[in-house]
Amino acid sequence: MKPRIAIIHYNVGNLQNLKNALDYQNLPAEFVTRPEELSGFSHVILPGVGAFQTAMDHLRGQEMDQAVQEIVALGTPLLGVCVGMQVLFSASQENGRHQGLGIVPGQMVRFPDKPGLKVPHMGWNTVAFTRQDPLLEGIPDHSHFYFVHSYRGVLETPDDGLGLTDYDGLFPSIVRRGNVWGVQFHPEKSQNPGLALLANFSRIA
Amino acid sequence: MLTKRIIPCLDIKAGRVVKGVSFVGLRDAGDPLELARRYNDQSADELVFLDITASHENRGLTLELASRLAKELFIPFTIGGGISTLEDIRAIVSAGADKVSVNTAAIHNPDLITQGALHFGSQCMVVAMDVKQTGPDRWEVYTHGGRNPTGLNAVDWARECQNRGAGEILLTSMDRDGQKSGFDLEITAQISGSLNIPVIASGGGGTMDHFYQALTIGKADAVLAASVFHYGTYTVNQVKQALAGRGVPMRLTEQPDVEETGAIEPGNKS
Repeated sequence: MKPRIAIIHYNVGNLQNLKNALDYQNLPAEFVTRPEELSGFSHVILPGVGAFQTAMDHLRGQEMDQAVQEIVALGTPLLGVCVGMQVLFSASQENGRHQGLGIVPGQMVRFPDKPGLKVPHMGWNTVAFTRQDPLLEGIPDHSHFYFVHSYRGVLETPDDGLGLTDYDGLFPSIVRRGNVWGVQFHPEKSQNPGLALLANFSRIA
Repeated sequence: MLTKRIIPCLDIKAGRVVKGVSFVGLRDAGDPLELARRYNDQSADELVFLDITASHENRGLTLELASRLAKELFIPFTIGGGISTLEDIRAIVSAGADKVSVNTAAIHNPDLITQGALHFGSQCMVVAMDVKQTGPDRWEVYTHGGRNPTGLNAVDWARECQNRGAGEILLTSMDRDGQKSGFDLEITAQISGSLNIPVIASGGGGTMDHFYQALTIGKADAVLAASVFHYGTYTVNQVKQALAGRGVPMRLTEQPDVEETGAIEPGNKS
Protein backbone atom coordinates (compact mmCIF):
# COMPACT_ATOMS: atom_id res chain seq x y z
CA MET A 1 0.00 0.00 0.00
CA LYS A 2 1.24 3.45 -0.89
CA PRO A 3 2.15 5.40 2.25
CA ARG A 4 0.62 8.75 3.02
CA ILE A 5 2.96 10.72 5.23
CA ALA A 6 2.03 13.66 7.42
CA ILE A 7 4.74 16.14 8.38
CA ILE A 8 3.62 18.03 11.45
CA HIS A 9 4.15 21.72 10.71
CA TYR A 10 4.34 23.76 13.88
CA ASN A 11 6.35 26.83 13.02
CA VAL A 12 9.78 25.46 13.89
CA GLY A 13 12.12 26.38 11.07
CA ASN A 14 12.21 25.32 7.48
CA LEU A 15 10.56 21.96 6.99
CA GLN A 16 10.58 22.06 3.21
CA ASN A 17 13.85 20.13 3.01
CA LEU A 18 12.30 17.15 4.76
CA LYS A 19 9.47 17.19 2.25
CA ASN A 20 11.98 17.58 -0.59
CA ALA A 21 13.74 14.40 0.54
CA LEU A 22 10.41 12.52 0.45
CA ASP A 23 9.28 14.09 -2.83
CA TYR A 24 12.59 13.14 -4.42
CA GLN A 25 11.76 9.49 -3.67
CA ASN A 26 8.13 9.78 -4.77
CA LEU A 27 6.91 9.33 -1.21
CA PRO A 28 3.71 11.35 -0.82
CA ALA A 29 3.97 13.76 2.08
CA GLU A 30 1.83 16.65 3.25
CA PHE A 31 2.22 19.31 5.91
CA VAL A 32 -0.34 19.17 8.67
CA THR A 33 -0.98 21.97 11.15
CA ARG A 34 -4.19 20.92 12.96
CA PRO A 35 -4.87 17.77 15.01
CA GLU A 36 -8.06 16.96 13.07
CA GLU A 37 -6.07 16.86 9.81
CA LEU A 38 -3.96 13.97 11.07
CA SER A 39 -6.48 11.23 10.41
CA GLY A 40 -5.99 9.15 7.29
CA PHE A 41 -2.21 9.30 7.26
CA SER A 42 -0.27 6.04 7.37
CA HIS A 43 2.89 7.63 8.83
CA VAL A 44 3.67 10.78 10.79
CA ILE A 45 6.93 12.73 10.95
CA LEU A 46 7.54 15.18 13.77
CA PRO A 47 10.37 17.49 12.68
CA GLY A 48 11.93 20.33 14.62
CA VAL A 49 14.74 22.86 14.66
CA GLY A 50 15.69 25.30 17.39
CA ALA A 51 14.96 25.28 21.08
CA PHE A 52 13.19 22.49 22.97
CA GLN A 53 10.89 24.77 24.89
CA THR A 54 9.85 26.75 21.81
CA ALA A 55 9.04 23.50 20.04
CA MET A 56 6.93 22.26 22.97
CA ASP A 57 5.16 25.62 23.24
CA HIS A 58 4.21 25.52 19.56
CA LEU A 59 3.08 21.89 19.77
CA ARG A 60 0.85 22.71 22.75
CA GLY A 61 -0.35 25.93 21.11
CA GLN A 62 -1.60 23.92 18.13
CA GLU A 63 -2.90 21.15 20.41
CA MET A 64 -0.58 18.81 18.61
CA ASP A 65 0.91 17.41 21.83
CA GLN A 66 -2.29 15.48 22.58
CA ALA A 67 -2.76 14.57 18.93
CA VAL A 68 0.70 13.02 18.79
CA GLN A 69 -0.06 10.95 21.89
CA GLU A 70 -3.28 9.77 20.28
CA ILE A 71 -1.77 8.66 16.99
CA VAL A 72 0.97 6.85 18.91
CA ALA A 73 -1.71 5.05 20.95
CA LEU A 74 -3.40 4.06 17.68
CA GLY A 75 -0.18 2.41 16.52
CA THR A 76 0.63 4.79 13.66
CA PRO A 77 4.39 4.82 12.99
CA LEU A 78 5.89 8.12 14.17
CA LEU A 79 9.36 9.47 13.39
CA GLY A 80 10.80 12.38 15.36
CA VAL A 81 13.66 14.26 13.70
CA CYS A 82 16.24 16.37 15.58
CA VAL A 83 14.28 18.56 18.05
CA GLY A 84 11.28 16.46 16.98
CA MET A 85 13.13 13.51 18.51
CA GLN A 86 14.12 15.49 21.58
CA VAL A 87 10.53 16.41 22.47
CA LEU A 88 9.66 12.69 22.53
CA PHE A 89 11.77 12.48 25.69
CA SER A 90 10.38 13.09 29.18
CA ALA A 91 12.23 16.36 29.71
CA SER A 92 15.09 18.60 28.68
CA GLN A 93 17.53 20.66 30.69
CA GLU A 94 17.71 23.27 27.92
CA ASN A 95 17.47 26.70 29.62
CA GLY A 96 15.98 25.29 32.81
CA ARG A 97 13.93 22.14 32.96
CA HIS A 98 11.09 21.55 30.52
CA GLN A 99 8.63 18.72 30.14
CA GLY A 100 8.53 16.86 26.86
CA LEU A 101 5.95 14.46 25.47
CA GLY A 102 7.28 11.66 27.67
CA ILE A 103 6.93 8.99 25.00
CA VAL A 104 10.58 7.95 25.36
CA PRO A 105 11.60 7.89 29.05
CA GLY A 106 14.76 9.94 29.46
CA GLN A 107 16.29 13.40 29.53
CA MET A 108 18.00 15.72 27.10
CA VAL A 109 21.20 17.08 28.66
CA ARG A 110 23.73 19.56 27.31
CA PHE A 111 27.12 18.43 26.07
CA PRO A 112 29.65 19.42 28.73
CA ASP A 113 31.49 22.71 28.51
CA LYS A 114 35.10 21.66 28.33
CA PRO A 115 38.24 22.57 26.38
CA GLY A 116 38.49 20.92 23.01
CA LEU A 117 34.83 19.88 22.81
CA LYS A 118 33.00 22.00 20.28
CA VAL A 119 29.33 22.56 20.90
CA PRO A 120 27.09 22.24 18.94
CA HIS A 121 28.07 18.80 17.77
CA MET A 122 28.03 19.75 14.12
CA GLY A 123 28.93 17.70 11.09
CA TRP A 124 28.99 14.11 9.88
CA ASN A 125 29.32 11.38 12.47
CA THR A 126 28.83 7.62 12.40
CA VAL A 127 25.95 5.70 13.90
CA ALA A 128 26.50 2.19 15.28
CA PHE A 129 23.32 0.13 15.13
CA THR A 130 22.55 -1.86 18.28
CA ARG A 131 20.26 -4.35 16.50
CA GLN A 132 18.38 -4.97 13.28
CA ASP A 133 15.34 -2.85 12.66
CA PRO A 134 13.04 -2.13 9.72
CA LEU A 135 14.14 1.55 9.90
CA LEU A 136 17.74 0.52 9.19
CA GLU A 137 17.06 -2.02 6.43
CA GLY A 138 19.85 -1.99 3.84
CA ILE A 139 21.78 0.86 5.50
CA PRO A 140 25.37 -0.12 6.30
CA ASP A 141 26.21 -0.11 10.01
CA HIS A 142 28.45 2.87 10.92
CA SER A 143 27.04 5.01 8.11
CA HIS A 144 27.61 8.75 8.43
CA PHE A 145 24.74 11.09 9.18
CA TYR A 146 24.64 14.89 9.50
CA PHE A 147 24.22 16.24 13.04
CA VAL A 148 23.63 19.70 14.51
CA HIS A 149 22.68 19.75 18.17
CA SER A 150 23.86 20.86 21.61
CA TYR A 151 21.86 18.44 23.76
CA ARG A 152 22.08 14.65 23.84
CA GLY A 153 19.65 12.06 25.06
CA VAL A 154 20.11 10.03 28.22
CA LEU A 155 17.71 7.08 28.16
CA GLU A 156 16.10 5.55 31.22
CA THR A 157 15.84 2.29 29.29
CA PRO A 158 19.06 1.79 27.36
CA ASP A 159 17.28 -0.77 25.16
CA ASP A 160 15.41 2.13 23.55
CA GLY A 161 18.70 3.08 21.87
CA LEU A 162 18.71 1.72 18.32
CA GLY A 163 21.77 3.67 17.16
CA LEU A 164 24.71 5.06 19.11
CA THR A 165 27.08 7.88 18.24
CA ASP A 166 30.33 8.88 19.89
CA TYR A 167 30.80 12.52 20.81
CA ASP A 168 32.44 12.87 24.21
CA GLY A 169 31.09 9.38 24.89
CA LEU A 170 28.26 7.40 23.36
CA PHE A 171 24.77 8.85 23.15
CA PRO A 172 21.60 7.48 21.53
CA SER A 173 21.33 9.00 18.04
CA ILE A 174 18.44 6.73 17.02
CA VAL A 175 15.77 5.69 19.52
CA ARG A 176 12.84 3.35 19.21
CA ARG A 177 10.02 2.60 21.57
CA GLY A 178 7.21 0.53 20.06
CA ASN A 179 5.90 2.29 16.96
CA VAL A 180 7.83 5.47 17.73
CA TRP A 181 11.26 6.18 16.26
CA GLY A 182 13.45 9.23 16.73
CA VAL A 183 16.66 10.36 15.05
CA GLN A 184 18.90 13.11 16.41
CA PHE A 185 20.54 13.74 13.03
CA HIS A 186 18.97 15.19 9.89
CA PRO A 187 18.15 12.34 7.48
CA GLU A 188 17.07 14.93 4.90
CA LYS A 189 20.65 16.27 4.92
CA SER A 190 22.47 12.94 5.18
CA GLN A 191 22.59 12.00 1.52
CA ASN A 192 22.01 8.33 0.65
CA PRO A 193 21.81 6.79 4.15
CA GLY A 194 19.37 9.52 5.19
CA LEU A 195 17.18 9.10 2.12
CA ALA A 196 17.18 5.33 2.68
CA LEU A 197 16.13 5.78 6.31
CA LEU A 198 13.17 7.95 5.30
CA ALA A 199 12.15 5.44 2.64
CA ASN A 200 12.41 2.62 5.19
CA PHE A 201 10.21 4.54 7.60
CA SER A 202 7.56 4.97 4.93
CA ARG A 203 7.50 1.19 4.40
CA ILE A 204 6.94 0.31 8.07
CA ALA A 205 3.49 -1.23 8.32
CA MET B 1 33.75 9.80 15.41
CA LEU B 2 32.94 13.28 14.15
CA THR B 3 34.64 13.75 10.81
CA LYS B 4 36.40 16.81 9.45
CA ARG B 5 34.52 18.41 6.58
CA ILE B 6 35.64 19.28 3.06
CA ILE B 7 33.58 22.11 1.64
CA PRO B 8 33.79 23.29 -1.95
CA CYS B 9 32.91 26.96 -2.28
CA LEU B 10 31.19 28.39 -5.31
CA ASP B 11 31.36 32.13 -5.87
CA ILE B 12 28.25 33.16 -7.76
CA LYS B 13 27.90 36.21 -9.94
CA ALA B 14 24.74 36.70 -11.96
CA GLY B 15 23.89 33.03 -11.62
CA ARG B 16 27.32 31.74 -12.73
CA VAL B 17 30.24 30.37 -10.75
CA VAL B 18 33.36 32.50 -10.62
CA LYS B 19 36.52 32.29 -8.57
CA GLY B 20 38.96 35.10 -8.22
CA VAL B 21 42.66 34.90 -7.60
CA SER B 22 43.11 37.16 -4.60
CA PHE B 23 39.81 38.74 -5.66
CA VAL B 24 41.22 40.11 -8.91
CA GLY B 25 40.67 38.72 -12.38
CA LEU B 26 37.53 36.65 -12.08
CA ARG B 27 37.19 33.64 -14.35
CA ASP B 28 33.99 31.84 -15.19
CA ALA B 29 34.13 28.29 -13.90
CA GLY B 30 30.71 26.99 -14.74
CA ASP B 31 27.10 26.45 -13.93
CA PRO B 32 26.37 26.37 -10.17
CA LEU B 33 23.90 23.51 -10.24
CA GLU B 34 26.16 21.43 -12.45
CA LEU B 35 29.12 21.95 -10.14
CA ALA B 36 27.00 21.34 -7.07
CA ARG B 37 25.84 17.97 -8.44
CA ARG B 38 29.39 17.03 -9.23
CA TYR B 39 30.62 17.88 -5.74
CA ASN B 40 27.69 16.05 -4.20
CA ASP B 41 28.65 12.95 -6.21
CA GLN B 42 32.23 13.39 -5.04
CA SER B 43 31.15 13.22 -1.35
CA ALA B 44 31.47 16.90 -0.54
CA ASP B 45 30.35 17.28 3.07
CA GLU B 46 28.67 20.63 2.53
CA LEU B 47 28.58 23.36 -0.08
CA VAL B 48 28.97 27.11 0.30
CA PHE B 49 27.67 29.59 -2.27
CA LEU B 50 28.82 33.18 -2.02
CA ASP B 51 26.88 35.66 -4.09
CA ILE B 52 29.68 38.11 -4.78
CA THR B 53 27.52 40.68 -6.51
CA ALA B 54 24.45 40.37 -4.31
CA SER B 55 22.77 43.19 -6.15
CA HIS B 56 19.04 43.40 -5.88
CA GLU B 57 18.29 41.87 -9.29
CA ASN B 58 20.69 38.97 -8.72
CA ARG B 59 19.17 38.11 -5.34
CA GLY B 60 16.26 36.48 -7.11
CA LEU B 61 18.64 34.27 -9.10
CA THR B 62 20.34 33.18 -5.89
CA LEU B 63 17.05 32.32 -4.19
CA GLU B 64 16.00 30.35 -7.25
CA LEU B 65 19.30 28.50 -7.17
CA ALA B 66 18.83 27.66 -3.47
CA SER B 67 15.40 26.29 -4.13
CA ARG B 68 16.61 24.11 -7.03
CA LEU B 69 19.56 22.84 -4.99
CA ALA B 70 17.36 21.91 -2.06
CA LYS B 71 15.17 19.74 -4.27
CA GLU B 72 17.93 17.44 -5.42
CA LEU B 73 20.96 17.69 -3.14
CA PHE B 74 20.60 16.24 0.32
CA ILE B 75 23.65 17.69 2.02
CA PRO B 76 23.80 20.96 3.97
CA PHE B 77 24.50 24.14 2.08
CA THR B 78 25.19 27.73 3.02
CA ILE B 79 24.47 30.91 1.09
CA GLY B 80 26.27 34.16 1.73
CA GLY B 81 26.92 37.52 0.15
CA GLY B 82 25.20 40.79 0.81
CA ILE B 83 23.02 39.51 3.63
CA SER B 84 22.24 42.44 5.90
CA THR B 85 18.78 41.96 7.41
CA LEU B 86 16.67 39.32 9.11
CA GLU B 87 14.44 39.43 6.05
CA ASP B 88 17.41 38.48 3.83
CA ILE B 89 18.08 35.52 6.12
CA ARG B 90 14.46 34.48 6.14
CA ALA B 91 14.26 34.55 2.34
CA ILE B 92 17.35 32.40 1.95
CA VAL B 93 16.34 29.88 4.61
CA SER B 94 12.84 29.68 3.16
CA ALA B 95 14.31 28.96 -0.26
CA GLY B 96 15.98 25.89 1.25
CA ALA B 97 19.44 26.88 2.45
CA ASP B 98 20.50 25.39 5.78
CA LYS B 99 22.77 28.23 6.80
CA VAL B 100 23.55 31.78 5.86
CA SER B 101 26.93 33.39 5.97
CA VAL B 102 27.13 37.01 7.08
CA ASN B 103 30.22 39.17 6.83
CA THR B 104 30.36 42.95 6.41
CA ALA B 105 26.84 43.56 7.68
CA ALA B 106 27.66 41.71 10.91
CA ILE B 107 30.63 44.00 11.49
CA HIS B 108 28.53 47.13 10.97
CA ASN B 109 25.62 45.67 12.93
CA PRO B 110 26.70 42.82 15.24
CA ASP B 111 23.11 42.57 16.46
CA LEU B 112 22.36 40.82 13.15
CA ILE B 113 24.22 37.78 14.53
CA THR B 114 22.31 37.90 17.82
CA GLN B 115 18.93 38.33 16.15
CA GLY B 116 19.69 35.78 13.44
CA ALA B 117 20.65 33.16 16.04
CA LEU B 118 17.55 33.97 18.06
CA HIS B 119 15.16 33.65 15.13
CA PHE B 120 16.77 30.90 13.07
CA GLY B 121 19.08 29.13 15.54
CA SER B 122 22.84 29.28 15.93
CA GLN B 123 23.22 26.36 13.52
CA CYS B 124 21.99 28.69 10.80
CA MET B 125 24.43 31.54 11.45
CA VAL B 126 27.88 31.31 9.90
CA VAL B 127 29.99 34.41 10.39
CA ALA B 128 32.53 34.88 7.63
CA MET B 129 35.56 36.94 8.54
CA ASP B 130 38.30 38.05 6.17
CA VAL B 131 41.59 38.64 7.94
CA LYS B 132 45.03 39.98 7.05
CA GLN B 133 48.17 39.77 9.08
CA THR B 134 49.12 43.34 9.94
CA GLY B 135 52.04 42.69 12.25
CA PRO B 136 53.80 40.01 14.23
CA ASP B 137 51.04 38.12 16.03
CA ARG B 138 48.41 40.60 14.86
CA TRP B 139 45.60 39.85 12.44
CA GLU B 140 42.95 42.37 11.55
CA VAL B 141 39.46 41.93 10.14
CA TYR B 142 38.88 43.45 6.69
CA THR B 143 35.75 44.05 4.67
CA HIS B 144 34.92 44.61 1.00
CA GLY B 145 37.08 41.83 -0.35
CA GLY B 146 40.07 42.80 1.74
CA ARG B 147 40.12 46.49 0.85
CA ASN B 148 38.85 48.06 4.04
CA PRO B 149 40.48 47.53 7.44
CA THR B 150 38.05 47.57 10.36
CA GLY B 151 40.46 47.97 13.24
CA LEU B 152 39.00 44.79 14.77
CA ASN B 153 41.40 42.23 16.13
CA ALA B 154 40.60 38.87 14.52
CA VAL B 155 40.55 36.76 17.69
CA ASP B 156 38.48 39.32 19.61
CA TRP B 157 35.94 39.58 16.82
CA ALA B 158 35.68 35.78 16.52
CA ARG B 159 34.98 35.59 20.27
CA GLU B 160 32.32 38.24 20.02
CA CYS B 161 30.65 36.36 17.15
CA GLN B 162 30.56 33.23 19.28
CA ASN B 163 29.16 35.11 22.26
CA ARG B 164 26.42 36.55 20.06
CA GLY B 165 25.32 33.10 18.94
CA ALA B 166 27.25 32.39 15.74
CA GLY B 167 27.23 28.67 14.99
CA GLU B 168 30.44 28.63 12.97
CA ILE B 169 33.27 30.88 11.84
CA LEU B 170 34.34 30.88 8.22
CA LEU B 171 37.86 32.28 8.41
CA THR B 172 39.48 33.52 5.21
CA SER B 173 43.06 34.67 5.06
CA MET B 174 43.15 37.49 2.53
CA ASP B 175 46.92 37.14 2.28
CA ARG B 176 46.49 33.58 1.08
CA ASP B 177 43.19 33.54 -0.79
CA GLY B 178 43.58 32.18 -4.31
CA GLN B 179 47.35 31.82 -3.89
CA LYS B 180 47.34 28.05 -3.33
CA SER B 181 50.29 28.59 -0.99
CA GLY B 182 48.67 27.03 2.05
CA PHE B 183 46.22 28.18 4.70
CA ASP B 184 47.31 30.66 7.36
CA LEU B 185 47.83 28.04 10.05
CA GLU B 186 48.76 30.41 12.81
CA ILE B 187 45.61 32.51 12.93
CA THR B 188 43.44 29.47 12.18
CA ALA B 189 44.87 27.62 15.18
CA GLN B 190 44.58 30.71 17.39
CA ILE B 191 40.93 31.26 16.58
CA SER B 192 39.97 27.59 16.66
CA GLY B 193 41.74 27.20 19.98
CA SER B 194 39.98 30.25 21.45
CA LEU B 195 36.44 29.19 20.52
CA ASN B 196 34.18 26.25 21.16
CA ILE B 197 32.27 26.58 17.89
CA PRO B 198 33.60 25.04 14.66
CA VAL B 199 36.04 26.98 12.47
CA ILE B 200 36.18 26.55 8.70
CA ALA B 201 39.58 27.41 7.23
CA SER B 202 39.55 29.14 3.88
CA GLY B 203 42.01 30.82 1.56
CA GLY B 204 45.11 29.18 0.22
CA GLY B 205 44.36 25.48 -0.19
CA GLY B 206 46.41 24.17 -3.11
CA THR B 207 47.90 20.82 -2.15
CA MET B 208 46.97 17.77 -0.07
CA ASP B 209 49.53 18.91 2.49
CA HIS B 210 47.75 22.25 2.85
CA PHE B 211 44.46 20.57 3.70
CA TYR B 212 46.18 18.19 6.08
CA GLN B 213 47.97 21.01 7.87
CA ALA B 214 44.83 23.15 8.22
CA LEU B 215 42.96 20.28 9.90
CA THR B 216 45.85 19.27 12.17
CA ILE B 217 48.25 22.14 12.92
CA GLY B 218 45.55 24.73 12.15
CA LYS B 219 42.99 22.82 14.30
CA ALA B 220 40.26 23.65 11.78
CA ASP B 221 37.05 21.63 11.85
CA ALA B 222 36.53 22.00 8.13
CA VAL B 223 38.32 23.35 5.10
CA LEU B 224 36.80 25.31 2.29
CA ALA B 225 38.33 25.55 -1.17
CA ALA B 226 37.32 26.56 -4.67
CA SER B 227 39.97 26.67 -7.39
CA VAL B 228 41.52 23.26 -6.71
CA PHE B 229 38.12 21.69 -7.13
CA HIS B 230 36.71 23.89 -9.90
CA TYR B 231 39.69 23.42 -12.15
CA GLY B 232 39.92 19.71 -11.41
CA THR B 233 43.32 19.67 -9.71
CA TYR B 234 41.76 17.22 -7.26
CA THR B 235 38.32 15.78 -6.80
CA VAL B 236 36.80 16.14 -3.35
CA ASN B 237 37.05 12.36 -3.02
CA GLN B 238 40.75 12.38 -3.77
CA VAL B 239 41.36 14.92 -1.03
CA LYS B 240 39.22 12.98 1.44
CA GLN B 241 40.89 9.68 0.67
CA ALA B 242 44.36 11.18 0.98
CA LEU B 243 43.47 12.76 4.32
CA ALA B 244 41.85 9.57 5.62
CA GLY B 245 45.04 7.75 4.66
CA ARG B 246 46.92 10.13 6.95
CA GLY B 247 44.61 9.48 9.86
CA VAL B 248 42.20 12.43 9.57
CA PRO B 249 38.61 11.30 10.26
CA MET B 250 36.70 11.60 6.99
CA ARG B 251 33.32 10.56 5.68
CA LEU B 252 34.11 8.29 2.77
CA THR B 253 31.30 6.93 0.65
CA GLU B 254 31.30 4.01 -1.70
CA GLN B 255 29.92 6.03 -4.53
CA PRO B 256 31.94 6.01 -7.71
CA ASP B 257 34.03 9.09 -8.20
CA VAL B 258 32.16 10.24 -11.27
CA GLU B 259 33.74 12.26 -14.02
CA GLU B 260 37.27 11.90 -12.75
CA THR B 261 38.49 13.74 -15.77
CA GLY B 262 35.79 16.35 -15.70
CA ALA B 263 37.97 19.35 -15.10
CA ILE B 264 36.08 22.42 -16.09
CA GLU B 265 37.96 24.61 -18.49
CA PRO B 266 37.84 28.32 -17.86
CA GLY B 267 35.19 29.85 -20.04
CA ASN B 268 33.38 26.58 -20.63
CA LYS B 269 29.73 27.55 -20.68
CA SER B 270 28.26 24.06 -20.93
